[in-house]
Amino acid sequence: MGPGEYAAHDTVAETVRVEGARILATLIRTVGDVQLAEDAVQEATLAALGAWPVTGVPPQPRAWLTVTARRKAIDALRRERVRPDKERDGLRMIELARPDLPPDDVVNDDLLRLIFTCCHPALSPPTRVALALRTLCGLSPSQIAGVLLTTEAATTKRLTRARQKIAAAHIPYRVPAEGELADRLPAVCAVIHSLYTAGHAPVDGHAAYDVDACTEAIRLAELLHGLLPDQPMPAAVLALLLLTEARRPARLDERGAVVTLDRQDRGRWDTAAIGRGIALLNDSLRGSQGQADAYQLQAAIAAEHARAAGYDDTDWTEIVRLYDLLMSKAPSHAAGLGRVVAAAEAAGPATALAMLAELPPNPRWHAVRAELLAREGRYTEAADALAESLEGPATQPERQHRERRRQSFLQLAEPPDDGDRIG
Amino acid sequence: MPQYLALTYTADVDWWAPEQADELAEYRRFAVDNAGSIRASAVLHPTSTATVVRVEGARGGTVVTTDGPYAETKEALTGYYLIEAADLEEAVVISAQLPAAWGGAVEVRPVMASK
Repeated sequence: MGPGEYAAHDTVAETVRVEGARILATLIRTVGDVQLAEDAVQEATLAALGAWPVTGVPPQPRAWLTVTARRKAIDALRRERVRPDKERDGLRMIELARPDLPPDDVVNDDLLRLIFTCCHPALSPPTRVALALRTLCGLSPSQIAGVLLTTEAATTKRLTRARQKIAAAHIPYRVPAEGELADRLPAVCAVIHSLYTAGHAPVDGHAAYDVDACTEAIRLAELLHGLLPDQPMPAAVLALLLLTEARRPARLDERGAVVTLDRQDRGRWDTAAIGRGIALLNDSLRGSQGQADAYQLQAAIAAEHARAAGYDDTDWTEIVRLYDLLMSKAPSHAAGLGRVVAAAEAAGPATALAMLAELPPNPRWHAVRAELLAREGRYTEAADALAESLEGPATQPERQHRERRRQSFLQLAEPPDDGDRIG
Repeated sequence: MPQYLALTYTADVDWWAPEQADELAEYRRFAVDNAGSIRASAVLHPTSTATVVRVEGARGGTVVTTDGPYAETKEALTGYYLIEAADLEEAVVISAQLPAAWGGAVEVRPVMASK
């Protein structure tokens, strides 16, 4: 491939990733079959990859891809001789043969259908994430396997089974009625949030964070909020992701080492994203009439950090209050640890250590305990706690950070060595 | 319209025992309330009456029967309903009215359409 061909390849890849979900969403509704529609979009992509480096990228790549995908779908429908509903297939053929592109409001409805089908409660949570990455973000099974820390074979199997279940069990391709949204949105938001968390705070692996998973989660959050702008929960999820993402550039130094919040260069935070996140959070809170959900509370905590000009300017009392609310609304181990860390700043390490004792230990718990013990000057115990935390899984940069902290605590624990002078 | 088999998994009860009368009445009420969607249904005798049949080797081999259920589990298959519904969501709404849904579990399986 020459350089020009690479450029064409990138344009195809990017156009398909942006347009793929739109084209797929409408095609699934038209042909009534996820697998068939996905195959047709996939074939259209391959056709573009073959043709465009020679012909150049057409002036309207979306139209080209849509029409080509429809033709591939017609071919596939004709190939399948045994189909129970011939009459309906006839109607599908007519719809597929239309030369025009669907208008935006139709595509948006189809995208919402696709979101709610992929995130249907009858599918397991990991399956929902895998399906969303495949159909809504256009990632390949091997890319999805990278995000979800599994194998390509396992991902392909999971996707195949999910498509079979959608077809066999007739999971509807439909946007829930307004009254059902409250029941169905949490599953959708959980997919987006867990995807971001998988990228932002992976349990282990070489990288401190996985850029792709975070970007894809924000892409999905933008899409969902854009489609349902008046719903508070998608706005809160997008706010939370933007406020967290805004601080990401400062989480690692230029050599890839972990920089803790108290030492971060706040000039590297993305102030535009922070401003947008806070505005979205305020909109979301206004929409939910004072009853904050877990995403709004987490976004509010992130906003408190993002607002502070420096670490010492942080309103820790407010952050503890927000964590108290979060623990009463949606208790989790991570929220419990966050509350302990905030309490250490608001009320001192002794109070925080007492609160920590009430949570079950895990590697992060030991790491938090180590920092609290060190603040009390108990360096030997702090080093031991870090040794315990290093026995569990953690990312490579996080392990190196804990190891450095352990070394410095060990040095601080050593009494001054006067032996040489006496001798 | 798609069909679903709703399998009820509950404690391994004898539906004819007097203490089951109230619950059995609830299942009957369910069947009446959803008569328009139910194509077939039955409650089953307890698993102590079950016989597992296997044929050794291949077709025509020795028939081997064993006493008791196929699998010993805490919750047993105690009945089934063949439900017709527009889609899975409708089938779930109907199945959620079965007393087994809160006394145990209901497994909803799509039935393969005959070609």
